[in-house]
Amino acid sequence: MPAAATVSEAPAPARAWLARPRSGGTLLLAALVALAPLALPNNYAYEIAIQVALNAVVCIGLNLLIGYAGQISLGHAGFFALGGYASAILASRYGVPVWLSLPGACAVVGLLAWLLGRPTLRLKGHPLAMATLGLGVIISIAITTEDRWTGGPDGMQVPPLVLFGLAVQGEQVWYWITGALLVATVWLALNLIDSPNGRALRALHGSEVAAQTLGIDCARFKLQVFTLSAMLAALAGALTAHYAGFITPAKATFLHSVELVIMVVFGGMASVFGAVVGAAVMTVLPQLLTALKDYEMMVFGAVLVATMVLFPQGLVPTLARWWGGRPQ
Amino acid sequence: MTLLAVQGLSKSFGGLKAIDGVDLRFEQGSVHSIIGPNGAGKTSLINMLSGIYRPSAGSIALEGRELAGQPAHRFAAAGIARTFQNLQVFFNMTALENVMTGRHLRERHSLAAALLRTPALQRGEAESRRCARELLRLVGLCGQEDTRADAMPYGALKRLEIARALATEPRLLLLDEPAAGLNATEAREIDTLIQRLAQGGTTIVLVEHNMALVMEVSDHIVVLDHGRKLTEGTPEEVSSHPGVIEAYLGAAEPALQDQAEAAHA
Repeated sequence: MPAAATVSEAPAPARAWLARPRSGGTLLLAALVALAPLALPNNYAYEIAIQVALNAVVCIGLNLLIGYAGQISLGHAGFFALGGYASAILASRYGVPVWLSLPGACAVVGLLAWLLGRPTLRLKGHPLAMATLGLGVIISIAITTEDRWTGGPDGMQVPPLVLFGLAVQGEQVWYWITGALLVATVWLALNLIDSPNGRALRALHGSEVAAQTLGIDCARFKLQVFTLSAMLAALAGALTAHYAGFITPAKATFLHSVELVIMVVFGGMASVFGAVVGAAVMTVLPQLLTALKDYEMMVFGAVLVATMVLFPQGLVPTLARWWGGRPQ
Repeated sequence: MTLLAVQGLSKSFGGLKAIDGVDLRFEQGSVHSIIGPNGAGKTSLINMLSGIYRPSAGSIALEGRELAGQPAHRFAAAGIARTFQNLQVFFNMTALENVMTGRHLRERHSLAAALLRTPALQRGEAESRRCARELLRLVGLCGQEDTRADAMPYGALKRLEIARALATEPRLLLLDEPAAGLNATEAREIDTLIQRLAQGGTTIVLVEHNMALVMEVSDHIVVLDHGRKLTEGTPEEVSSHPGVIEAYLGAAEPALQDQAEAAHA
């Protein structure tokens, strides 16, 4: 047996604390969110920043499912839109105050995801992709056709968010709310990954057979992370709806589901900060490319292809490897 | 005392009977080996004993508790851990995390506790980390804690799997060809490790082709052939059994028999 003396000298506690993604990374993100307004010139920029934060929240949840647990979902736009519609319907049809309809919508979608996930998550790989795609399409069709509740293809008005008796209005207030939510979500996700529950998720991704023989109830943990990611999507969807004051079935389409998956893959699988970066780039880039007019989609596609060729693991994990660190 | 009792265990794949009515008793605290030629059904048997395969018939009772037909994670909860012939390491984790995952059953927390990283969870994590480090030292992987499993050599991964299985604090440890693919030095290290574990009181079931290793560490050997139990007994009894030599070498030609005896000596 090799000698036990080769343990490297432990860095100073403060440095170790900062080097850890859970503490240092979250702090860096918080600083970024706090300082970004200095660089945001107008309301339009704020609007984009808010979209980035809300998309990032969805992608963090989706990355827990896809990147860490290795289970694909092509139907998360369904949960995103359902969150928006549920909160809107609860608030406008049933007079539920919005501070209550928001968590209510998350709970409803969570319950639905839990029920749908039980049979669906028995599938693996491509069949799972097909099944979740189907779920998304069904939700999308239901939203479009149940016009009694949802206003059909025209969409519906969504009452504004009211917190502590005050209507949340203006880009700046929304920026701080969504920014704080993003930082909190990152922190929670990093905690989860570095916990026994998170290891169980990574283990069933690495080898489901081995995970079982360590006592991990794979079905239970898959369902747990599926439900959690659906609830995060619903929360972001509901906030998006209340922020915009309007919601249409376009949010539930298959195309939107694919967009969300692209954000995750682009930023980096199994990387919380990758999800944030992916959401940021994929939200901001189309805005920048509008200047190119007719060539917009062509350049956008080229950027996607080039990134996946140069950064096959996604942006953040590849950069982290170059940096010599470990993706988190 | 009998730890695990297996009765009339059978497994068929389509028309093929991989295991056909096998009875076994594994005693507490001893090292049992299962040997037999390729295709004898050793791995199928291990897969049933660990709950990966559901038996077609028969019973598997750990201290009288029937396990057959239950999902694999229940076998683990009952105290059966295993390693794999083809590595099933979590390549997306570090060595330390691999072993810490083995502590899953000792560390149960709600999703909320995991998200919020409660003090109770942090204490559990510290304990798991300490325990995993100790196990890595036991299997000779000290100093490799933060190495990602996909950057470790084959021999180290074999030992990592043993450490991970031990982290579950098993009553019964199933080792499926722990020395396969290792060179002589590495195989000797595994040999030493198994003996040390046995001395520590762990009940071990070993499937292995390396006869020197089997003869050295086993208290009791079961010989399988074509899915049936050919014979069982102490290493001496088994190695002098004519049927064993025939099953292993096809025909009992004198020259080959000498070779077999030399190998078993």
